[in-house]
Amino acid sequence: MRVVESLNSALLDLMTCDQRVVLLGEDVLDPYGGAFKVTKGASDRFPDRVWTTPISEGGIVGVANGLAIKGWRPIVEIMFGDFTTLAFDQILNHAAKFAWMYDDQVTVPLVVRTPMGGRRGYGPTHSQSLEKHFCGIPGVAVYAVHQYGSPGTLLREAAARDQPSVFIENKVLYARPVEAVEALPNPPSPDVVILAYGGCVEVAVAAAKLLREEEIAARVVPVTRLWPFPEEEIRLAVGPCRHVLSVEEGAPGWGFAAQCALALVNKGVSFAHIAGPDHPIPSSAAWEADLLPSPQGVFRAVESLLGGAQAI
Amino acid sequence: MRGLAELAAKAGSRDDENAVLGLDLSQAEQFYQQMVLIRYAEERLLDLFSTGALNGTTHTSIGQEANAVGVINALDRSLDTVWSHHRCHGHFIAYSGQVASLFAEVMGRTLGVCRGRGGSQHLCYRNFYSNGIQGGIAPLAVGSALGDRAKGAVTVVFIGDGTTGEGALYESLNMAAVWNVPVLFVLEDNGIAQTTPKELTLAGALDRRAEPFGIRSFAYDGADVMDIHALASDAVRYVRHESRPAWLYIRTERIGPHSKGDDTRSPERIAAARARDPLPILRSRVANAADIESRCMAIVDSAVSLAQQAPIARG
Repeated sequence: MRVVESLNSALLDLMTCDQRVVLLGEDVLDPYGGAFKVTKGASDRFPDRVWTTPISEGGIVGVANGLAIKGWRPIVEIMFGDFTTLAFDQILNHAAKFAWMYDDQVTVPLVVRTPMGGRRGYGPTHSQSLEKHFCGIPGVAVYAVHQYGSPGTLLREAAARDQPSVFIENKVLYARPVEAVEALPNPPSPDVVILAYGGCVEVAVAAAKLLREEEIAARVVPVTRLWPFPEEEIRLAVGPCRHVLSVEEGAPGWGFAAQCALALVNKGVSFAHIAGPDHPIPSSAAWEADLLPSPQGVFRAVESLLGGAQAI
Repeated sequence: MRGLAELAAKAGSRDDENAVLGLDLSQAEQFYQQMVLIRYAEERLLDLFSTGALNGTTHTSIGQEANAVGVINALDRSLDTVWSHHRCHGHFIAYSGQVASLFAEVMGRTLGVCRGRGGSQHLCYRNFYSNGIQGGIAPLAVGSALGDRAKGAVTVVFIGDGTTGEGALYESLNMAAVWNVPVLFVLEDNGIAQTTPKELTLAGALDRRAEPFGIRSFAYDGADVMDIHALASDAVRYVRHESRPAWLYIRTERIGPHSKGDDTRSPERIAAARARDPLPILRSRVANAADIESRCMAIVDSAVSLAQQAPIARG
């Protein structure tokens, strides 16, 4: 089973088990089934609960918020994560606030699913990883799926919440086979722990293999819950290891690295991080590959870290 | 200090609500009572701000009461949904009759309708919601109308002329039309957005704004609550029975400032607004207007007193 099938099957199950689950998005109708096929089969099976929408990302999420307040459980697909900026106001100033500011008189069980990430040659406005902009919004949970374990189970977790969630699907993952959690490198006494999420998990796994050839033991810790940030889970996964590297694909600054470092402050850990470029992502495949985190880049960062960085 | 439960019971029992809204009176008396209540409550809010008894801000609808009363009394309060904006007190009172919990909310007291969390422009009570982001409520109204369509319910969303500058509104009109959503957009055009006359910022006609979407339009220029109620009733009936959106345009006047003291209009312009005050228009047709006015003053006095006795919301 591939990641896209795991997500698709979870989505169809959610719609089968709960008549209140509705789906909104652009181009989600069968036979197309969404730009990345996650919604395939939904409109054929549930024609009354799937709306193909105009190109109105803010409007779609707004309509979903209204449906959610009235007891429905909407799942919105935003075709490219880059377009979530158009729905930011509905997430931040509406969905995220209603339960609290209305004194819990309403719930907003909204899931906004969206693909993020590069490596497809789509260029500056279709390749970004913008999830950090949704992390830190009170009331909003942010998830990032990866192929180890069960992607569909994570989607069920997001859909079970009574408050809004943003669900990030790195777009290179859709075609990847789902693998067992046991396939993640997890040596008992690692020399380094690599923290990664989404599409960077497989990069970290490939780097761990390179490192093993150099007799460096690396543990890869995939983070799926980006917000609220699982600080304790991170500390437990790092354990007594004194070298930690965080890997993210988005632009550097105010992101995953900072949150990981905060979780490890005063733990005697030497910490380093790598991220995507601090400029837009080019369309050129070769240039894109140079800029985004790679197994070789992670390998070099670990070598440098083990060579003597300062503890945070 | 009295117990909160007792205060809440006094402020919010169903019988009180019906009496506050005058639901057992003749239609003219009922509408007059609701309009006077809104007027007195908002004038009191401005007084309380000027004496420093209130924090934050408020946006009053003084001069626009007939719109709130005319439209909301065309609805089924237990079935239909209302979305409002920063200038929401009039809509809220006409829907809920909850005067004490409005004052308490604006005062940041635990007796507030959102226990002091939302304040003036973030109210929620049964099927009434308001939020302070221009245009953001429009797609929510489409969603709530879509969500309750099978119940035969309609949603009304109030917007101002200034909100016609927001793109979210046009996305909402499009979706409402293409999906046959029973939502009534009510545009209260008071001709000014904060301090900026609409002529400086808005192109085209506002009364026909929704027509290119195939949305039926209703339009009115005036301040007679009976006219507004009749037109709103037609519009609501159409929306409910045809399961189609509609656009109700009301040319109105804001007599008060945008918020507390930020009125840059000329005295002549404000006088022109006062000349279209909806209260005197109806008062001449209500036999016992003075009784209604004293009743409203007593309701407001009691509401302020109840609100002031409630604990301040924190933590």
